[in-house]
Amino acid sequence: MKRIYVNEKWCLGCHLCEYYCAFANSGEKDMVKALKGVQINPRIQVEEKDGISFAVSCRHCEEPLCVKGCITGALHLVDGVIEIDKEKCVGCYTCILTCPYGCVMPSDEGVIQKCELCLNNAGGKPACVEHCPNKAIVFEER
Amino acid sequence: MRYVIIGNSAAAIGCVEGIRQVDQEGPITIISREKYHTYSRPLISYLLAGKTDGERMKYRADDFYEKNGCEVMLGRTAVAIDSLAKTVLLDNGERVPFDRLLCATGSKPFVPAMEGLESVPVKHTFLSLDDAKALDQDLTEESRVMILGAGLIGLKCAEGIAKKVKSVTVVDLAEQILPSILDTAAAAMVQKHIERQGIRFILGTSAKCFTPSRAELKNGSAVDFDVLVLAVGVRPEVELLKNAGADIERGVQVDSHCMTSLPDIYAAGDCTQSYDITSGTERVLALLPNAYRQGEVCGLNMAGLETSYDKAIPMNAIGFFGLHMLTAGSYVGEEYVVQSDSAYKKLVTRQGVLKGYILVGDVARAGIYTALIRDETPLDTIDYELIKEKPQLIAFSKGKRDRVLGGA
Repeated sequence: MKRIYVNEKWCLGCHLCEYYCAFANSGEKDMVKALKGVQINPRIQVEEKDGISFAVSCRHCEEPLCVKGCITGALHLVDGVIEIDKEKCVGCYTCILTCPYGCVMPSDEGVIQKCELCLNNAGGKPACVEHCPNKAIVFEER
Repeated sequence: MRYVIIGNSAAAIGCVEGIRQVDQEGPITIISREKYHTYSRPLISYLLAGKTDGERMKYRADDFYEKNGCEVMLGRTAVAIDSLAKTVLLDNGERVPFDRLLCATGSKPFVPAMEGLESVPVKHTFLSLDDAKALDQDLTEESRVMILGAGLIGLKCAEGIAKKVKSVTVVDLAEQILPSILDTAAAAMVQKHIERQGIRFILGTSAKCFTPSRAELKNGSAVDFDVLVLAVGVRPEVELLKNAGADIERGVQVDSHCMTSLPDIYAAGDCTQSYDITSGTERVLALLPNAYRQGEVCGLNMAGLETSYDKAIPMNAIGFFGLHMLTAGSYVGEEYVVQSDSAYKKLVTRQGVLKGYILVGDVARAGIYTALIRDETPLDTIDYELIKEKPQLIAFSKGKRDRVLGGA
């Protein structure tokens, strides 16, 4: 299955992936409208320290602890992609407790959010990958 | 291969999904005392609060049984297991034959003997959907509710009904709330938050005796109530297996493949005890993620794929009135504590590994801590100072990061 991979050697630490993620999931057509004056809460997050930086987003694990531990059945697999049913989710945060990589986070709407590879927003393909200026984030089979 | 599952909650569903990873053909029969499609038990408090409903609290989609080739007997109680003849006797006299059996009977409320309790006309336990529906029937805007027990169940109940009733008073023998998951400092913080929602606590004492609408407490005070909720604790439901001759301690004893002492009979979920790697003891770890995984391991083994259930740890995600807390492991060891007005963090290390944590308020990325505990990662292989600051992958070695993020 195609997954998002990051090569920290190429990461510039520019945080563009975070902005494009927030934009892609905002439902807005205009980036300025979507992000101006907004404290973004992206599903991909850059870690950085002492000249090292890299972006972290859902690994879409083959043995997904978040899905298996989900108390409502809201987190589920669709062809290997871990998706969230926001109608079912009650925001108990068991997935935040169990995700080994810290890739599930509270959403601004009160439940949780995570990377769904932009399959369920207007983008259709990962915006973080498309807009990474140095190709540090890629979407491929490995 | 004929599979029979007693129970219809997380462990049972995990078992079905485990079996079907290996065997798509063998018929599965699910026997459930409750009459409902599989539902998420922890959601009963959210149901009372109006934050979910009967449809959304279904643990799996409507077509789950059909898709997985399950025959479901709802509203049927298994009354005996014949481990030699390999049959389960039902309450209607029918015998269901099996080749492999899973017992996922869960837990039952523990109600200690208390003087006069039988005279209380309106009292409820709070563990099942029927419990929640019955309680809801008895609540009005004028109800004064007394909840006995300030543990996870009692407090989720308090939160669920708080907006629907006149008052909620929670009484517990322990000096603090949530003693199974929080230390005293974190408990005090959470208690204050819950009290701000109008819930009253009387701690460090218990009920001496009851009259129909009044509890006399051992500390000399009294609580008048219209509705009593008994949430003192739960016990593993082990009777079926006990009577069948299986080994039982605190809960059903199972081996690393989750098989009981009786051949071809497995057990999973809240009725079992398992080995907690953080305390090094056999404990009843009655929590949903463990139940699912244990059930799944049972299913895999029942269908012939040898799989071990290991790395079990206590862990909890819970929140009250918007304040979230995530906890895991055991709290015996060297402590690192950071507290502010809105957040609390405790990390506990022992023998060079992270053994437990408590996070209240700021719970972001806590699963990184959980993984350190579960994997027993030696702290000298990571930058523990960075981990203390917050959960982050930059604390790990470049090699580990490349494997996780780069698929190397």
